[in-house]
Amino acid sequence: MSHNAKVPRLWSSQDDPQAATLAGPALASLWRPINELLEWFGEIGIFVWQVARATVRRPFEGRELIRQLDEVGAKSLPMVAMAGAAIGAVLALESRHSLIRFGAKAMLPAAIVFSIIHETGPVVTGLVVSGRVGAGIGAELGSMKVTEQIDAIEASGVNPYKLLAFTRILACVLMLPLLTLAADFAGVATGWIATTLAEPMSFQKFLQAGFARATFSDFLAPTFRTMVFGLIIGVIACFQGMRSQGGTEGVGRSATSSVVLSSLFVMLADVILTKLILVFFP
Amino acid sequence: MMPTDQVVAPTAAASGTNLAAESAGPNNNGPAMVLKGIHKSFEGQVVLNGIDLTVGSGKTLAVLGRSGTGKSVLLRLIIGLQKPDSGSIQIHGQELTSVGLEGINEIRKTMGFLFQHAALYDSLTVEENVAFPLRRHSKLTAPERADRVKELLTGVGMESDLKKMPSELSGGMQKRVGLARALALEPSILLLDEPTAGLDPITSREIDELILKLQEERDVASIVVTHDLHSAKTIADRIVLLHEGNAVIEGTFEELERSDDEFVAEFFKRDS
Repeated sequence: MSHNAKVPRLWSSQDDPQAATLAGPALASLWRPINELLEWFGEIGIFVWQVARATVRRPFEGRELIRQLDEVGAKSLPMVAMAGAAIGAVLALESRHSLIRFGAKAMLPAAIVFSIIHETGPVVTGLVVSGRVGAGIGAELGSMKVTEQIDAIEASGVNPYKLLAFTRILACVLMLPLLTLAADFAGVATGWIATTLAEPMSFQKFLQAGFARATFSDFLAPTFRTMVFGLIIGVIACFQGMRSQGGTEGVGRSATSSVVLSSLFVMLADVILTKLILVFFP
Repeated sequence: MMPTDQVVAPTAAASGTNLAAESAGPNNNGPAMVLKGIHKSFEGQVVLNGIDLTVGSGKTLAVLGRSGTGKSVLLRLIIGLQKPDSGSIQIHGQELTSVGLEGINEIRKTMGFLFQHAALYDSLTVEENVAFPLRRHSKLTAPERADRVKELLTGVGMESDLKKMPSELSGGMQKRVGLARALALEPSILLLDEPTAGLDPITSREIDELILKLQEERDVASIVVTHDLHSAKTIADRIVLLHEGNAVIEGTFEELERSDDEFVAEFFKRDS
């Protein structure tokens, strides 16, 4: 008895040739996106390794880093602050209505402050920066790629992974927590304005009530989380930009995919990190 | 309007400038570039199928061929932007395919590359573009660097456009700035991808004269990819014609012109 005879025979294409003809393309169309996804993860892994390897070698590109800190930080500040302010006002209006219904109106300042610091401030900042900075980096590096500027940098003996990618990624990692603080501040301020318009309360009293039970870990964990958001945005935007191809259409695709993918992964990371934070900082 | 001043070969800053490109590798006596059995394919399509080339110091090799025959790929392989599937590339005796990234970067400092569309950094001014390799690889002080940049730009007739952005320049002007940037570190090897494409005849002639001057004065070894037969005739010691991944013929312009090969004759017919 042959070895093959022990294997139960479930189905063979010889049983139904027509089904086999239909199954082939169906399986291929199912496999293709999975294959592309795995390829993407593999390529981004190699990209991260190349950036990490370039990082430890001199020079450290201080000038470019300062330029990127300005680009990512200072130039995103107005938009992030506005988004934070809008969220703060909406939170105050919505929470007030709900808390009054449940007889917990006194908790309003704490509800606003904790919502903003724990969740809405970091996430809104992450998504706004994904949009503004992610698209900017994706388009800039994409344009540099298709016009051979990245090749020109490499041809002149300079590592583009360090000059272009590392500086942008580090700027995102360093600036996200600061931008989040700005969004938090704007949100708390407009939360107070919306609250005090309905029922006058001093800003000092609002802050005292809001931060009464806050601890250091309430700030530490969300700050760490935004650094991870910055890492995600920087890595994905640089990767999508530096692999751009196909002329101006390719640049457009890089910008769009930078925003879509970095926003998606920021939200995914938010879920995972929130769970981890609740485990380690209950 | 394009400046049409006589092009002057930018020489080393006379005052003992300290350029990194001085470290030209271990062997400067042999040929500057030796390529043996270079194969390169993209997704199964063979682009280069066993190319052998040798270029000595002070010599210029023009690479001709129809569009898409791998001429630009050949230059990218020589400067290490792409890896050959097989074969050997020696630059001043150093094997490019086995030196690692740091080694390639050291070799690149001895080479100047002019891209087909100049590839100027569009966030930097003309002056900053030319200063880029100097800032990275030379020990020049800021005033020395500024002098060197001005000298290089004067050499290509662009000294009045220091503060302009690349987007404010015409294609020909961008190419001149690209050439100045390629010459910044005083390379011993020059790789030029269609240096005269899209330029007016006067500027083309000036670029040709500049290349000739670099050959004579600085012993620069050059590979020039071009479709400009007139330019190839003027600047090249030898010409190689690529077709379907192979070097169909190599020789002087006159030898190629006299060739009985049908493809070579067809190629040269249009310009005759």
